Amino acid sequence: MSDMAIKAEGLGKKYVIGHLSRHTNATETLREKVIEKTTSGLGKARDYLLGRPIVIGDRAEDFWALKDVDFEIRKGEIVGFVGRNGAGKSTLLKILSRITEPSAGNAKIYGRVSSLLEVGAGFHAELTGRENIYLNGAILGMPRAVIRKNFDEIVAFSGVERFLDTPVKRYSSGMYVRLAFSVAVHLLSDILIVDEVLAVGDVEFQKKCLGKMEDVAQSQGRTVLFVTHNMGLVTSLCDRAFLLEAGRVTRSGTPAEIVSNYYSGSHGTPFSVDFEKGARRIGDSMATLLAARIENDKGATVGEVGIGTDFVVIMRYKLHGDYVRPPEPIFQFNTSGGQCAFVSVCTNKTAEAGIYEAVCKVPKNLLNSDTYYIDLMLRHSNVIDTFNFIERNALSVLVVDRSAHGILSDAKSVGSLGVVRPALDWSVRTVA
Amino acid sequence: MERSAVVCIVAPGGAKSLPWRELWAYRELIATLTVRDLALRFRQTVMGVAWIVLKPLVTMVVLTIIFGHVAKLPTNGQAPYPLIVLAGILPWSFFSTALGEITVSLVNNATLISKVYFPRIIIPTALLGTFLVDVLINLGLMLLLMIYYQFTPPWTIVFLPAFLILAALATLGPGLLFAALCVKYRDFRNIVPFGLQIGMFISPVGYLSSNISSDWRFIYSFNPLVGIIDGFRWALLGTESPYWPGLLVGIGVVLVALWIGVRQFQKAERAFADLI
Repeated sequence: MSDMAIKAEGLGKKYVIGHLSRHTNATETLREKVIEKTTSGLGKARDYLLGRPIVIGDRAEDFWALKDVDFEIRKGEIVGFVGRNGAGKSTLLKILSRITEPSAGNAKIYGRVSSLLEVGAGFHAELTGRENIYLNGAILGMPRAVIRKNFDEIVAFSGVERFLDTPVKRYSSGMYVRLAFSVAVHLLSDILIVDEVLAVGDVEFQKKCLGKMEDVAQSQGRTVLFVTHNMGLVTSLCDRAFLLEAGRVTRSGTPAEIVSNYYSGSHGTPFSVDFEKGARRIGDSMATLLAARIENDKGATVGEVGIGTDFVVIMRYKLHGDYVRPPEPIFQFNTSGGQCAFVSVCTNKTAEAGIYEAVCKVPKNLLNSDTYYIDLMLRHSNVIDTFNFIERNALSVLVVDRSAHGILSDAKSVGSLGVVRPALDWSVRTVA
Repeated sequence: MERSAVVCIVAPGGAKSLPWRELWAYRELIATLTVRDLALRFRQTVMGVAWIVLKPLVTMVVLTIIFGHVAKLPTNGQAPYPLIVLAGILPWSFFSTALGEITVSLVNNATLISKVYFPRIIIPTALLGTFLVDVLINLGLMLLLMIYYQFTPPWTIVFLPAFLILAALATLGPGLLFAALCVKYRDFRNIVPFGLQIGMFISPVGYLSSNISSDWRFIYSFNPLVGIIDGFRWALLGTESPYWPGLLVGIGVVLVALWIGVRQFQKAERAFADLI
């Protein structure tokens, strides 16, 4: 009992969402509009008087963002929460951080919690970096003396010394997240909750943060809860992981188990996903992501390709209308360590309504042996990056190195280092 | 530090005691937020702190002209009219600006509320602190004017802190209620300033409350600002002793409003992050 950090029992969070039973359209008369507004206004007043939640629309529906969640987390553990968008990860972290209240169940939290749910939440844009460190500390309930004691360490870790007296509104997003993380990790909380915020920082700082989180957990016995879409981070950092699907914890276990479960989840395999089967529509009013898969050079849908074979990544999407500027499909390839290997933008574009498949051929002898996670995106403006959708880690592909005899080569050998392993022309010339 | 001893249970509708302990535990945050709000209010302004003094000063001049010179309301001749007016403006402008700002305080701190945990009641309380600092600065202005008019403050000035505290509590009660309501119904962003506009006329800011006919005086006193403003005048200028039954009624109204405010705030608090 004494080494318990968090114990959750039947945790649930309900939201009430409203629907309009009749779609309003433009041809509606003023009279209809007045009647509708009046009845909905009366309805709202009635709901208010009866103490019922007020919703937009005329029908209310309960929506459980989180339901029957039980788990126990011990001190010093690094725990990852994995799940698709909308699975309830952030809601869970919000409940555990006491920001929002559960609608059912309870969680016992043994210790002081500091959470980092959004880049620089709790920072005030007008205040300087220095003032924000004190403000954040105070929000966590730290005495000033403790903050002062850790001040130099916080500043040194964040690397923003030169901008300490600049209002944080002038910070770059990277600097922002560095300072925020630094504050959160150095203030003496027992439980650190981190939502997907590290993605903002550069790779170097990410590594530094991950190292720090491991250190915090191992040497100081503090607990780290962690949400990410980066499967590589889950496997490399966490001791244990939970898989959330549609508001429930469907599985817990070792990170490797959970990651593979994540991909074999509700709508497909890691290498062929049908997004239409998912509960959530991915995209906006302009475009929707339909499906994606990986095919080898023979046209078969596969999850594993040899290092010496070509493969293609295929994304099927639908444009709901005609565009002036054609939207561009973009694929980002990430290593299992969470590092971006490369980003590729489609150059051959279409702008009319319809269903399309974007096909990207990855040549043989490019990627090294590793599991690669692919982010699928559709961008509709190249002046300011605006995306119709960004689906992180939508697909994964295992690139394997087979020798002539079909045996996997030693992964630890020098030749397997690096993100890419191109087949380059080598020769050794005799010079003397 | 009491590591691991801190057990906190998150559960729906967790029973709540009155928030005084939380307020005390987070006193450093209140101080930090108060200083933050003070510092922020005048960042990127040319006039800076002068704004605090300028507003009551201009209001004083205008009200003195309207009520003192145009309407020629009686003053019982104990103190110069501008001083009488200023002594009324101090508590009124504290009440009205603080109430207006507190009403929107939670909405203005939406990111903080939806992303970080701390007792929500701290935001309005800290804001109250910054406006108390305003009052203190304006009392300095009062002092300068007293020197200018060669007016010696009476012994009753020792009661001033009591009336200041009463004014703060009178603001906090409705402030908490409206702040909580404003999270859900942004209508209060418009309702409160409008109400305050009317409130200024039913409070004795530009005139003495003794101008109200005695038939109405008791009912008039249900507006707690009447007792507070009279109290300020009595403490600062020794004009006339407060109308005691009225003051007691005012204190009663303040305490009831405070209790309602705190309770409603605590009830609404649990849903802030979901609604804001």
